[in-house]
Amino acid sequence: MSDAASPSLHTPFHDAHLVAGARMVDFAGWHMPINYGSQINEHHAVRRDAGMFDVSHMLALDLEGFDSTVWLRALIANDVVRLARTGVPGKALYSCMLREDGGVIDDLIVYRFSDERYRIVVNAGTAAKDVAWMRRHIANHGFNVSLTERRDLAMIAVQGPKAREKIWRALPNLKAGSETLSPFSSAQIGDIFIGRTGYTGEDGFELTLPAGQAAALWQALLGAGVQPCGLGARDTLRLEAGMNLYGQDMDESVSPLDSGLAWTVDFSDPARAFSGRAALEANPATRKLLGVVLEKRGVLRANMPVFTATGAGETTSGSFSPTLEKSIAFARLPLHTNTGEEVEVEIRGKRLSAHTVKLPFVRHGKALA
Amino acid sequence: MSKVPVELKYTDTHEWTRIEGDGSVAVGITDHAQEALGDIVFLELPEIGRKLAAKESCAVVESVKAASDVYAPFAGEVIAVNQAVIDTPESVNADAYAAWLFKLRPTDTGMATLLDAVAYQSAIAEE
Repeated sequence: MSDAASPSLHTPFHDAHLVAGARMVDFAGWHMPINYGSQINEHHAVRRDAGMFDVSHMLALDLEGFDSTVWLRALIANDVVRLARTGVPGKALYSCMLREDGGVIDDLIVYRFSDERYRIVVNAGTAAKDVAWMRRHIANHGFNVSLTERRDLAMIAVQGPKAREKIWRALPNLKAGSETLSPFSSAQIGDIFIGRTGYTGEDGFELTLPAGQAAALWQALLGAGVQPCGLGARDTLRLEAGMNLYGQDMDESVSPLDSGLAWTVDFSDPARAFSGRAALEANPATRKLLGVVLEKRGVLRANMPVFTATGAGETTSGSFSPTLEKSIAFARLPLHTNTGEEVEVEIRGKRLSAHTVKLPFVRHGKALA
Repeated sequence: MSKVPVELKYTDTHEWTRIEGDGSVAVGITDHAQEALGDIVFLELPEIGRKLAAKESCAVVESVKAASDVYAPFAGEVIAVNQAVIDTPESVNADAYAAWLFKLRPTDTGMATLLDAVAYQSAIAEE
């Protein structure tokens, strides 16, 4: 939260948010839009058409140097060698960065351009501690790499079934270089770095560009009919899409194995000694993260008690799902909880019926739960 | 700017009140409150017959973003709840002053402490 001594930071899209009538909030030290009128309308725009999110508060880090691959293999829990194996430059990987005790320092995306050049994107609220951890890790092990913080860049996510088409309408010169990109791959086209990634469960691109070009890009996307969307819709979209939020669904006190993130931890190379590996191997999962759907009216929130046949657990994130028109949550539950199991969630002292589901709740506009 | 009709009385916790013809008082949340909450998706209202103390938490308004308590503006007995707003919570966003939540029959003189429109306007200006 901000105070008088540390006023909120502004992204390169800040003025555009004000012009668009955004309701602004402080988020991780940044002055960001929570919505531009109706969070639910913004949510539906992304599920049905195209919406755009300023994500410039997140930090892009450029990594260069002879040891880049070796260092990333020691730093993060997923294995960047998977990216090299595809043979295609620009492929992206989702990973956690773990403490030695297995707690999650942050989750991040890594883009590989070559074995000696990568880009890493980390969360806003954790950026300072991430960079400190990374620099200490480099120094302690004497890796030959350089890490550059790219606060000179603006980032915008354009998401939805019509997102790509509307980007190409706004910026026709991007089309040739981006229409063949498969999900989780990227390309540098002139000044714009474009990746087919996102945090909504819909198709789309994330664009990274010099801050000075942000305002013109925003105008062009508005002109192509892309709906501005705030952090509110970003949260309900990622929740429906079954994507974890750092600080809520996992943090330094929990293992990725207890947070639905086992799929992002790569133990396959026995020789790869990444930070946290020994702790995870010594401590298998004790709980699992599942979706929860409330049967009747009410709204699930984070940190509500959940009672199952095999013990109690707790919701980690919860909200109203505009797509399902029901309340949904993630919950960290006993390891033997089944999907489809009847459970009870305690809301303001009352136990309400709910059931567990496999994540995600929604994918590509379709309700799965 | 949020609307603050002059004919209503208010609380510093963002409830509005309106004296009805039958001597009961309708209670809702202000335009300022609905705007701050964003899209409202669920309401939990008190039971008819419940006797409330002044400033007692007696209802919950939930938006996509957050849950917010509604407080009794003065001591009273709940004599009606608005089933229509339970069925269409978004009607509070559409017109906060048409969407009354419940009606109270005052049981003391606490109504005298309510804010008029000018006082409430300046209270929200200070936030």
